[in-house]
Amino acid sequence: MNRSQASAGLKQEIGTLTQAMDRIAPERTVVFMEVCGTHTMSFRRNGLQELVPERVQLISGPGCPVCVTPVEYVDHAIALAQQHDVILATFGDLVRVPGSYTSLEQSRADGARVEVVYSPLDALNLARKHPDRQVVFLAVGFETTAPVVASSVIQAEREHLENYSALSAHKVIPPAMLALAQADDLALDGFMCPGHVSVVIGMNAYAPIAQAANLPCVVTGFEPTDMLQGLLMLVSQARQETAKVENQYLSVVRPEGNPRARAAMDQVFEVCDSRWRGLGNMPLSGLTFRKEYARFDAARRFSVNLPDPVEPPGCQCGAVLRGVTQPEDCPLFGNRCTPRSPVGACMVSSEGTCAAHFRYRSVNQAT
Amino acid sequence: MCLAVPMQIRDLEMPLATVEVAGVSRQVNVELVDQPKIGDYVVVHAGYAIEKLTEEEALETLDLLRQVAELGDDEPPPTPGIQSGDMS
Ligand code: SF4
Repeated sequence: MNRSQASAGLKQEIGTLTQAMDRIAPERTVVFMEVCGTHTMSFRRNGLQELVPERVQLISGPGCPVCVTPVEYVDHAIALAQQHDVILATFGDLVRVPGSYTSLEQSRADGARVEVVYSPLDALNLARKHPDRQVVFLAVGFETTAPVVASSVIQAEREHLENYSALSAHKVIPPAMLALAQADDLALDGFMCPGHVSVVIGMNAYAPIAQAANLPCVVTGFEPTDMLQGLLMLVSQARQETAKVENQYLSVVRPEGNPRARAAMDQVFEVCDSRWRGLGNMPLSGLTFRKEYARFDAARRFSVNLPDPVEPPGCQCGAVLRGVTQPEDCPLFGNRCTPRSPVGACMVSSEGTCAAHFRYRSVNQAT
Repeated sequence: MCLAVPMQIRDLEMPLATVEVAGVSRQVNVELVDQPKIGDYVVVHAGYAIEKLTEEEALETLDLLRQVAELGDDEPPPTPGIQSGDMS
């Protein structure tokens, strides 16, 4: 297949899917929510909202792990970075997120050792290389990342690496979805469920949400055609007024998820109440170290003094994360707050809703 | 961010494997997937294989990714392993 044939085939498939959506969508406006930063990016980047019928809306919820991490976690990370024997290892997106008074980026400029890593495996390597330093990994992310961090902790235990620990801000997605499904100020018609979180927890994990909230849930992949197919499945359920869990991402997600990954996660972590930016404290929505692994918990290993948390003034991240405000409605969007000079976390992370809206707005306006 | 690019296991020394796609190779941990073997296709997240794909599914996904890349996107197709904000 040559280049133009390939593109033509894909364009045709996209056209078929959007036309089908237009044909079957109810006449009222239907609103679905995705809770995955990669969905946010892919939908915007590919200009899909321009292609789907206007009465079919896909809004972003709390799917960006960095964005839902509360400011006090960033303050805690900064306090750890300032301890003289600590090397802080983190995914890149967290470095520029403003804490109450400063950021990790600023702390690094002031002499703290903050290393951006791609994987907790890199953090383990740092710990092996620097036996005289304490390596702390900033464990931020949902059920896709938690097993990976758990596995790194199990590996550290095997190797008796005494200088490796993690600061957990891990969150689990279903409780947040349920809270939003039942929120008074939001009228959702269904959820597009995150592809890779579902690889771990499986599509069965959404059955209680579909049932309790009476909303369709469709596990969806990340490519433009995946997302349009997922949306079409949601539209079709909305039309039929059903609330089933369906799986568009069949090739990767199994009904029961990945039992090995879940076992690793359950070996090291247990669920706990957890605070989300924008959603507040939610019961059993986070992961903390089990007592058998408490020695790998950086929150217990180091004592730090934390300032009272201060949210960036004027930032509407909380409302954006709940899907009740769109980035464009924030008075700071695009003027005081841009990816180059972000005010809130939603503009810092590439997966953040504000960043995705800003980054791809010119592309979308031009089409 | 999640990369749905399937990579193929070329070399295996538990718990690590060398995986490759389109000439890019890197080392990942494979202990979260069931019985990894050389030749298997896996989905990689933050340095770990998190699921296996059948060859048919993997080739289909790779073909789709190529088509998307050729659609004249404003950005290059995702290159596995160079992202640093990988945390969903
Ligand atoms: S545009 Fe900036 S200030 Fe406004 S909600 Fe988004 S991140 Fe916060």
